[in-house]
Amino acid sequence: MPSPFLEALSLTCERDWRVLFEGLDLEIRAGEMLQVSGPNGSGKTSLLRLLGGLMQPTQGEIRLNGKALLAQRAEVARNLLWIGHAAGIKGLLTAEENLVWLCALQRPSTRDAIWTALDAVGLRGFEDVPCHTLSAGQQRRVGLARLHLDAPPLWILDEPFTALDKLGVAQLERHLAEHCERGGMVVLTTHHTLGERPAGYRELDLGRAA
Amino acid sequence: MSNVFVLLFAREARLLCRRPAELANPLVFFAIVIALFPLAVGPETQLLQRISPGLVWLAALLAVLLSLDGLFRGDYEDGSLEQWVVSPHPLALLVLAKVLAHWVFSGLALVILAPLLGLMLGLPGSAMPVLLLSLLLGTPVLSLLGAVGAALTVGLKRGGLLLALLILPLYIPVLILGSGALQAALQGLPAAGYLLWLASLAALALTLTPFAIAAGLTISVGE
Amino acid sequence: MNWTWFHKLGSPKWFYEISGRWLPWLGWAALVLISVGLVWGLAFAPEDYQQGNSFRIIYIHVPSAFLAQSVYVMLAVAGLVGLVWKMKLADVALQQAAPIGAWMTCIALLTGAVWGKPTWGSWWVWDARLTSMLILLFLYFGVIALGHAITNRDSAAKACAVLAIVGVVNIPIIKYSVEWWNTLHQPATFKVTEKPAMPVEMWLPLLVMVLGFYCFFAAVLLMRMRLEVLRRESRASWVRSEVRALTEGER
Repeated sequence: MPSPFLEALSLTCERDWRVLFEGLDLEIRAGEMLQVSGPNGSGKTSLLRLLGGLMQPTQGEIRLNGKALLAQRAEVARNLLWIGHAAGIKGLLTAEENLVWLCALQRPSTRDAIWTALDAVGLRGFEDVPCHTLSAGQQRRVGLARLHLDAPPLWILDEPFTALDKLGVAQLERHLAEHCERGGMVVLTTHHTLGERPAGYRELDLGRAA
Repeated sequence: MSNVFVLLFAREARLLCRRPAELANPLVFFAIVIALFPLAVGPETQLLQRISPGLVWLAALLAVLLSLDGLFRGDYEDGSLEQWVVSPHPLALLVLAKVLAHWVFSGLALVILAPLLGLMLGLPGSAMPVLLLSLLLGTPVLSLLGAVGAALTVGLKRGGLLLALLILPLYIPVLILGSGALQAALQGLPAAGYLLWLASLAALALTLTPFAIAAGLTISVGE
Repeated sequence: MNWTWFHKLGSPKWFYEISGRWLPWLGWAALVLISVGLVWGLAFAPEDYQQGNSFRIIYIHVPSAFLAQSVYVMLAVAGLVGLVWKMKLADVALQQAAPIGAWMTCIALLTGAVWGKPTWGSWWVWDARLTSMLILLFLYFGVIALGHAITNRDSAAKACAVLAIVGVVNIPIIKYSVEWWNTLHQPATFKVTEKPAMPVEMWLPLLVMVLGFYCFFAAVLLMRMRLEVLRRESRASWVRSEVRALTEGER
């Protein structure tokens, strides 16, 4: 059995005197999708931020390819794509400018690739419009266009379906499933039931785990 | 790596240029504060000229501080900072680009406006080079130190007053050296010593504060 | 080198036990040293030939000023330890020491003002030392305010640590610039700071007072830290039994 790509060992997360979860173990292997669910305030976002290296656990350790997350920051950054509640989209910049920068931050991309990605998320014709004129759903799509570019294997997505319309949700579900089918990995939180699940789908209910 | 620095600088410059009104605010503030002093202490030219080094520097310092409050807030709220933190590039380099871009567009404008206001306070033309040079060396230090405070308070809803509380004490050496240089120039004494000290403070701030800013941002993002 | 003691120091339970043993010693030492120093300094030390009896306030002023400065350095050291080794106790120490340091600075400022009245004829002069002390007070306020403003406990500690480290790097710069400023603006005033060497009968009680103040600080800090450790670890079983023992002992 191959070693897990990302694993968490007895994670404990404490926020302001309140234990969100304790002794949590999880591992993610190639081709798997992990949906983190649970009621509000159960620590879904916190878990994702821990896995993405944005936050440090109160106790426990997270490892990427068997090595601690903290010890290999550059390696982690190359293997992991994080899109949070807010995707880092600037309202004053156009969709293209936003993506050029976000890609440059991780893996530089060409203009053509960016236009193709914007096309794939249904934003053809909106490439050079300032993002603040776009609707919330369209802005979310700008952020999600990164998933259509040369993306790292592990995606960590916090509520990626927010503000998307039905078609957008279906497209994103299919895209995520395809990514897993190709050997990629997805960790996400969402309140809705996924219509399309890859073979490696699992659910982690933090409400029950705690 | 340096490519990202240039790209971020260009991006910040573009963002600042698309909100010209926000760029003007610190400048207007600077001018108003300078205008308030004669109203408060009287229009006597001699007195104004005597206290003008302190006035110009104090007003510039407050204007820089005011402009820094929102430095990282937008990036914090729209998730940009998270992307910076998870990127493979050193955060200190990214924040340096950001702060420098901010300084070029607000600090530098302040420096350029200062001689005009200095003239209005009766500062003689001979003191202008020192005024320009001292502000040119001092305002980057103000921006960089202020950015440390801005990074630490970015997650707070009302960071403005707290930022001033944290950072103003740290501004004291720059204030003393900057106004000291101007005072010396006004009395016809050499100001090179002050300016060299300001330059070394600037070098120190340029090398050390990016790490403190990066640490502050990591803490604020990890909250 | 054996580092186990260092990691042990990070364990709250171990800290609570060992500090409980030290506390009475420190407390008594502080009490004895301060009372001896006070009586000796205020009643038996000789008068100053220039300032008369008013100089005796140094027996409070100097120790508190010493402490005010060293506590800030301690904040930065604790902050560094907390940031680098992720030691929770250092975080606790930092946040609990800051208010004590601020109070010491207040005492130094107040006694400085009281001393200034007979010496300079006014309660406040912009003397380099007093001004530096005032700035130090503002630096303390910054750390305390930041610690209170950030609601997340761990983030607050880390943010305070960064601020304290930035502050401590700045303190020498501030100190020298203020001294420079002072010499520029007040060239030839009477300076208490440049007094002749003190005779032994004068500085010995001062030394006793300084030691007493340090012991007092250590005792108060340990008390505050113990309380905070109990609060933080309130879910641990040893804390529950400890608190139960304490409350039953009272009844």
